[in-house]
Amino acid sequence: MIAYLGRRLIQSLLILLGVSLITFALLYLLPADPVRQIAGRSATPQTVENIRQQLGLDQPFVIQYWRYLVKLASGDLGRSYIQRSEVTELIVSRLPASLLLMVGAILCELLIGLSMGLIAAVKRGTATDQTLMVASFVGVSAPQFVVGLLLLYVFAVRLSWFPIGGYGTWRHLVLPSLTMGILGAGWYARMMRSSMIDVLRQDYVRTARAKGLARSAIIFRHALPNAILPVIAMIGIDIGIFMGGIVVVESVFGWPGIGQLAWQAIQRVDIPIIMGVTLVSAFAIVLGNLLADVIAPFIDPRIKLR
Amino acid sequence: MKKFLASTVAASALALMLGMTSVRAEDTVDPNAKQGGAITITYKDDVATLDPAIGYDWQNWSMIKSLFDGLMDYEPGTTNLKPDLAESYEISPDGKTFTFKLRHGVKFHNGREMTADDVKYSLDRVTNPKTQSPGAGFFGSIKGYDDVAAGKAESLAGVTVVDPYTVKFELTRPDATFLHVMAINFSHVVPKEEVEKYGADFGKHPVGTGAFKLAEWTLGQRIVFERNPDYWHKGLPHLDKITFEIGQEPIVALLRLQKGEIDVPGDGIPPAKFQEVMADPEQKARVVEGGQLHTGYVTMNTTMAPFDNVKVRQAVNMAINKARIIQIINGRAVPANQPLPPSMPGYDKEFKGYPYDVAKAKALLAEAGHPDGFDTQLFAMNTDPNPRIAQAIQQDLAAIGIKASIQSLAQANVIAAGGDKAGAPMIWSGGMAWIADFPDPSNFYGPILGCAGAVPGGWNWSWYCNKDLDAKAAEADSVVDPAKAGERDKMWSAIYDKVMEDAPWAPVFNEQRFTMKSARMGGADNLYVDPVHIPINYDNVYVKDVQ
Repeated sequence: MIAYLGRRLIQSLLILLGVSLITFALLYLLPADPVRQIAGRSATPQTVENIRQQLGLDQPFVIQYWRYLVKLASGDLGRSYIQRSEVTELIVSRLPASLLLMVGAILCELLIGLSMGLIAAVKRGTATDQTLMVASFVGVSAPQFVVGLLLLYVFAVRLSWFPIGGYGTWRHLVLPSLTMGILGAGWYARMMRSSMIDVLRQDYVRTARAKGLARSAIIFRHALPNAILPVIAMIGIDIGIFMGGIVVVESVFGWPGIGQLAWQAIQRVDIPIIMGVTLVSAFAIVLGNLLADVIAPFIDPRIKLR
Repeated sequence: MKKFLASTVAASALALMLGMTSVRAEDTVDPNAKQGGAITITYKDDVATLDPAIGYDWQNWSMIKSLFDGLMDYEPGTTNLKPDLAESYEISPDGKTFTFKLRHGVKFHNGREMTADDVKYSLDRVTNPKTQSPGAGFFGSIKGYDDVAAGKAESLAGVTVVDPYTVKFELTRPDATFLHVMAINFSHVVPKEEVEKYGADFGKHPVGTGAFKLAEWTLGQRIVFERNPDYWHKGLPHLDKITFEIGQEPIVALLRLQKGEIDVPGDGIPPAKFQEVMADPEQKARVVEGGQLHTGYVTMNTTMAPFDNVKVRQAVNMAINKARIIQIINGRAVPANQPLPPSMPGYDKEFKGYPYDVAKAKALLAEAGHPDGFDTQLFAMNTDPNPRIAQAIQQDLAAIGIKASIQSLAQANVIAAGGDKAGAPMIWSGGMAWIADFPDPSNFYGPILGCAGAVPGGWNWSWYCNKDLDAKAAEADSVVDPAKAGERDKMWSAIYDKVMEDAPWAPVFNEQRFTMKSARMGGADNLYVDPVHIPINYDNVYVKDVQ
């Protein structure tokens, strides 16, 4: 186990290094010049050159990347070109909001997805099953931007049940979590359905039924716990999907997380922020996958870590 | 009011006797304004920094104006210059020395009195390359600027502290825009001790002399301004508090405005909702329309065939149906026939420009040796409505035989292509168009039409360089005497008329501003479309529902 973890940690570090190199190289190759974004329109060529030198952007790629890595090793992500604040400070101030949103989204997708999948499996082949599966398909394919605006319009503007965007109370959390959760819920509904159908076919379920147990007891006590475990193990992998989703959802709802930060930085070629958010996201994804793998054998003893 | 006039006349007479220009002014406060109350304003993007030497976004631009002051400012809602932290100023007859007398008793938010040393420190700081100020170049006419910009000196030789309330500027050339330069944010006065205390984070802990002070800044969420009770300008500001909520999509902001949760959506009315708002009498009543110092134009690379032929450029000017393009953006603009926007001093009302005349455009193309037209490229920024406008231009050009393929790219990439001599034959400027830094006609020339901007990485995307006009521009800018401003504006009108003869641009439209506000907000309409404060003049507006 420890050897496995060690190996995985080294792999993770290499992945992060690779991510940093690729992102840094892509940003370097971008035809847009960050210095001109900072300098604005009225800057004289001399001002532009002065800023370029101050930021060390006149250096060759290898030196720029090396300097970045050296600072990174001491935990310094640099300062934003546009905001001039420490990138670490900007990310740390926004991370709690994104994590909260992620927790809310996971709750939503599990709650909706698992119940939909469970009902569909139990009612397999009926109109209910088909309706739920079509709904899950819509959930998976609907653009989050549209879903977000629709929810906002119906539940916040028309019905006034929730505030129109913003951050602060649990009421602010509901709609963005739901928007993020609907996508995952679609996947979970499908996975849960097949997993449940699989379990319902098992011998021990047939035995339970033969013993004359109530239908609800069979489903909730015997089938559900076994069907749910492999599905839950997928949460770690979800983090990658979330990282993509938060950029859109945070923008729609004015949610002050790192997705919003990233989107603004990309528009303005604010390289230190783009690098910082990319690394933090990559770290979260790597960690999520690692956790999913480490947890798997506890959930399903057939899986062994090697 | 009478007394003020008398003193101004007396001062002017005295100045004339001394062969100098001197101005002294006091301004007034709206007598109907109510004191107190709080408003909420939303923005989509983060506020980058509130450091006046660095901030250059349109949302922090007027926030900074409310936290800091400069020697000069503009009368609220207008483009008329007036002394601000300066009480009066004198310009030497040769236009190369400006002496400002400062107001007494002006205090920074930390309680210390502002003096001439702070003015000098602030200018030394903004021009120092270590500050990385995008506005450093504005101070190029001050003696000693080159040494500071090159890192050879720490202090501008041309700025002298005569006494604690007098500061003198010596310039290397007469500069008629210098008073405007003393009004832009980059020249606003900062206290040395606070800048040194916070270092690079001063922009997050701004301390100035302005009408408001920063009370709270929660990164990515909200910024709160509180009334500065010690503000030197008695009776201002009217509001006790302004809350800026950050990260709100314009469309969400509009919904919240309709529910009465906010007072001004800072990013304006989203284009998709514009017609709906204007069709609803109740909402339309709360929209204030005004001009802005903006021109949208198509540049033609004058160094690239076939646009090196003036007839081709004139043909393009006649081929574009501006009225139709304005329809595409729901009538949020007026057609343009010259580089300057109508609200800019120097705008030539008599100038007719090129008419929309397809037959004549075709004839001009034939004369230029392209009877069947030619193939070219039109670059445009890829956010709505710019690709749609580019398509309209593409269709107009096709009507005279020019087949333009559209290159729809991210803003930074279009800017990069424009700054490359062989990069872009034609660019539609939408989304990146020139908006003046200060309301002076010269601001539309140098960087975007003058030879200085026609350099790699510059903003003169038509690569138009007319040495003769550059000389005329320099001549116009040496007319420093404010009494001759009218004469100077005429010189500038003539320059732009000549530019249009050479037709490096096809001016398309001047965008109008549409600011929406809640019903409770009061104050003259021009405060809501203030040419220098966008979206609104925070210091002078008020709310009607306070006692």
